[in-house]
Amino acid sequence: MTAPLLEVRDLVKHFPITRGVVFKRGIGAVQAVDGVSFSVAPGETLGLVGETGCGKSTTARLIARLLEPTSGEILFDGADLAAMRGSQLKNARRDVQMIFQDPYSSLNPRKTVGSIIEQPFQIHGLLGETGARRRRVQELMEQVGLNPEHYNRYPHEFSGGQRQRIGVARALALNPRLIIADEPVSALDVSIQAQILNLLSDLQRDLGLTIIFIAHDLSVVRHMCDRVAVMYLGRIVELAPAEQLYANPQHPYTAALLAAVPVPDPERRGAPRALLGGDVPSAASPPSACRFHPRCPRATAKCSEVTPQLEASDDGSLVACHYPLVRGEALAERQRDA
Amino acid sequence: MIVLLFLVCFVTFLVFYVFPSADPAQLRAGRHASPAQVEQIRQRMGLDKPLLVQFWDYLKGIVTRADFGYSYVSEQPVSKLVLDRLPATISLAVGGALLWLISGVAIGIVSAVRRHSKLDRFLMGLALIGISAPVYWLGLVALYLFASDIGMLPIASGSNTYQPITSSPSSWFNSLLLPWIVLAISFAAFYSRLLRSNLIEVMGEDYIRTARAKGLSERRVVLHHGVRSAITPIVTVFGLDLGVLLGGALLTEIVFNIPGVGRLAYDSILRADLPMIQATVLLGALFIIVANLVVDVAYAFLDPRVRFE
Amino acid sequence: MSTSPLLDVRDLKVSFRTDDGLVEAVDGISYSLEQGRTLGIVGESGSGKTVSGLTLLGLTGSRRTEISGEALFDGTDLLALDEQQLRKVRGQGIAMIFQDPLSSLHPFYRVGAQIIEAIRAHQKVSKSAARARAIELLGMVGIPDPAGRVDAFPHEFSGGMRQRAMIAMALSNEPRLLIADEPTTALDVTVQAQILELLDRLQQQLGMAMIIITHDLGVVAETADQVAVMYGGRIIEQAESRELFDNPQHPYTWGLLRSVPRIDGGSGERLRPIPGRPPSLIGLPEGCAFAPRCVLANDACLHGRPRLESAGPDSHTAACVVGLDQRAKAWQATQQDLDDSAIKTAAGVSK
Repeated sequence: MTAPLLEVRDLVKHFPITRGVVFKRGIGAVQAVDGVSFSVAPGETLGLVGETGCGKSTTARLIARLLEPTSGEILFDGADLAAMRGSQLKNARRDVQMIFQDPYSSLNPRKTVGSIIEQPFQIHGLLGETGARRRRVQELMEQVGLNPEHYNRYPHEFSGGQRQRIGVARALALNPRLIIADEPVSALDVSIQAQILNLLSDLQRDLGLTIIFIAHDLSVVRHMCDRVAVMYLGRIVELAPAEQLYANPQHPYTAALLAAVPVPDPERRGAPRALLGGDVPSAASPPSACRFHPRCPRATAKCSEVTPQLEASDDGSLVACHYPLVRGEALAERQRDA
Repeated sequence: MIVLLFLVCFVTFLVFYVFPSADPAQLRAGRHASPAQVEQIRQRMGLDKPLLVQFWDYLKGIVTRADFGYSYVSEQPVSKLVLDRLPATISLAVGGALLWLISGVAIGIVSAVRRHSKLDRFLMGLALIGISAPVYWLGLVALYLFASDIGMLPIASGSNTYQPITSSPSSWFNSLLLPWIVLAISFAAFYSRLLRSNLIEVMGEDYIRTARAKGLSERRVVLHHGVRSAITPIVTVFGLDLGVLLGGALLTEIVFNIPGVGRLAYDSILRADLPMIQATVLLGALFIIVANLVVDVAYAFLDPRVRFE
Repeated sequence: MSTSPLLDVRDLKVSFRTDDGLVEAVDGISYSLEQGRTLGIVGESGSGKTVSGLTLLGLTGSRRTEISGEALFDGTDLLALDEQQLRKVRGQGIAMIFQDPLSSLHPFYRVGAQIIEAIRAHQKVSKSAARARAIELLGMVGIPDPAGRVDAFPHEFSGGMRQRAMIAMALSNEPRLLIADEPTTALDVTVQAQILELLDRLQQQLGMAMIIITHDLGVVAETADQVAVMYGGRIIEQAESRELFDNPQHPYTWGLLRSVPRIDGGSGERLRPIPGRPPSLIGLPEGCAFAPRCVLANDACLHGRPRLESAGPDSHTAACVVGLDQRAKAWQATQQDLDDSAIKTAAGVSK
């Protein structure tokens, strides 16, 4: 068993809510990430899925140290990123890079594409010899499927898909070992999404990258990821190899989530898909113990009193539930509205 | 708020002390007084005491007796003098404000709805002139054209004809008509441009499309949905502008010789009448602070999203 | 038994004059929809699908718009109506809901008030009667405690609740046709399932026809009886839903079906993206709009625009000049994951 490249332990991020303008009083906190632990092996693609408010984007930003954790450890190759400061952190950033969701707002419109991709070298003082940076940037552009002659063009001259390729090139500039892709294809047209997904797969294979892939589109995650972590209101509720998760989800939320995805197959029409009623509760005042219990068709009194821990089940996947679904069991349909 | 007023008071005191526009004792004594007489007068006025002592005495007077001192020039109680002038300023400011608000908003709506038409270009061109022309110039031109005594087309009362409302409402109205219009022009110009651009932006929003999709009349869509959104920033600006004006519409009062607080402040500065200056500055500051508070409350009233923060 | 269709669109064309040129947003589309059925219009951004929906209600807004063709709603041509007549149709005969319920509801007015406004625009009822009806509607769309929530502001609702409120507002005058423009795109997937289920139930309850405009093939499969696939402002394939998914007859449709990862598909198999990107609607070249990206493109595709021709049972039509047999072979090859040249060979298509 190779040591994990990334190990996250009990990561917590609370955003304080204050009241008052002059004298700010803390009256609570949005518990965006509330004790998340997982590890990622080198070369693996781990998917983080969940709906609005589950904390997946916040987790991504914490790992990339774009946000400060409230508590917890982020061990990258054994060293705790959460505890790093100054030049040590700066050096560590070379290994962990992020690709963002919106190709229209994540690129500086006033800089040429070449200078955008070149910037990481400038920041870290690398490849100072004349022309070396430019050559490397053009290499990167080719690698992501862009024409290197467009070095001096501006972002607005490119389409959404091409801009996302620029974002990928920028992320790859310093040969990172871990890439965090935060919804990299959500803002793109369907026919372009596949191009970018294929690109990421190819690059991973060619460069030996480790990827944390965040998305809300479960079909995309299934296609891209080796293992998948399902998040709900700041916690991981299930973590399993992709095949297993999609074939036999054990956590009721996972089952409901999978059932809700519309499939391009008219045969399925009419089958009950909306297994969950209501909305996701606020992360500022989450339900007690198991956060899913108010919406769960299997919940009992225990679920509101005792917090289920993320534990290994028989087939090796991790589930945080007192009554996980067993193989082949279907989640009961909820009571429909009249 | 109290803290702010206190600071305003202190800074004015300080400024006057450090950079006096003239020596009040000297002015009071007149041109032919001897240095000894001037010194005597200075002592009588309490001007020989150190700055902090003077300030402290002043504050004590306000807090304990609501006594704002006595004018160096007329030796009359400041509070009375200021309060006497207040109604004129209020009449001028409020009247002008209502006029510019209504006309500015109306022109803004018409321009926005008929965007890029000849009418729109014409109105916005006028607005540009209105913004660029200084108030006192507009005032002088207005007098030149319309004043009953010296104007070319005597259809309005001229300067120095202000009548308080108590004497006769119609002559009060007549005396303020021209000043109102002059005051309103520059503000209305600005407001119409502001509302026009806000409204154009708002009319591109999704909820306007929904309103039309519901089958509402275009008038309802524009007024009820469009203007309702676009007017919020206007209301806040309006509150602040009015607050400032209540402290004294200086230039208009001078041109039309209206006995308001602004005119008073101007005269007091010329005559280095510190207690008067203090009082008018404080009054102005008070109005601005109150206006700010009112505007904040009004904004929460208008935009429900702000209430729940 | 043939009933005349509720909506019969014939050769609808919409173009906008912009500073960059003439945008031919909708370039001659035709379809018909019967009472009680659902039409799914599928396309990516820039396909013209949204504009086609907005045009039916005269909501395209721009001054410099040219519209031609016919849109017969219950026999009346919507495109020939003036503003006043159109207003009678909007919100009453035909209602529309939009993608983002947060920006589509006025932020300063209470939800109940906005629904009441929709009711009183078309019915002469008292305010209290309208309010009672609004509460009833909110309950009908599944909002808990409707009487308590009728006076809430839009930002006080969650995304799913907001969309339900929009649906309630759209249905307040019992329209015969509901046009839903990407109604679930901005919502979480579990909420999306709830909303689609709601629309289905309401449609059956009220017997209305629906047009669902979306880019998501899964949503289409879930909701539509008949499907029209749009590309470059044109309908390039049209069929009953089952027939379209079983037997797609246009290379673009194949591309859509093959490039989207499926939740029931295996992982690791390579996606087949469609190379290139969707065309700009300004100055579309002569010939088939999809030709630049099409694996079967040949010289014949570049001259003259392909017309919709019969391609299968139940009025299944597709706009492609490549012969039916050849296409069938090409589709088979595509499904077997052969590469582009192998597909061309299988189809017997020359360069």
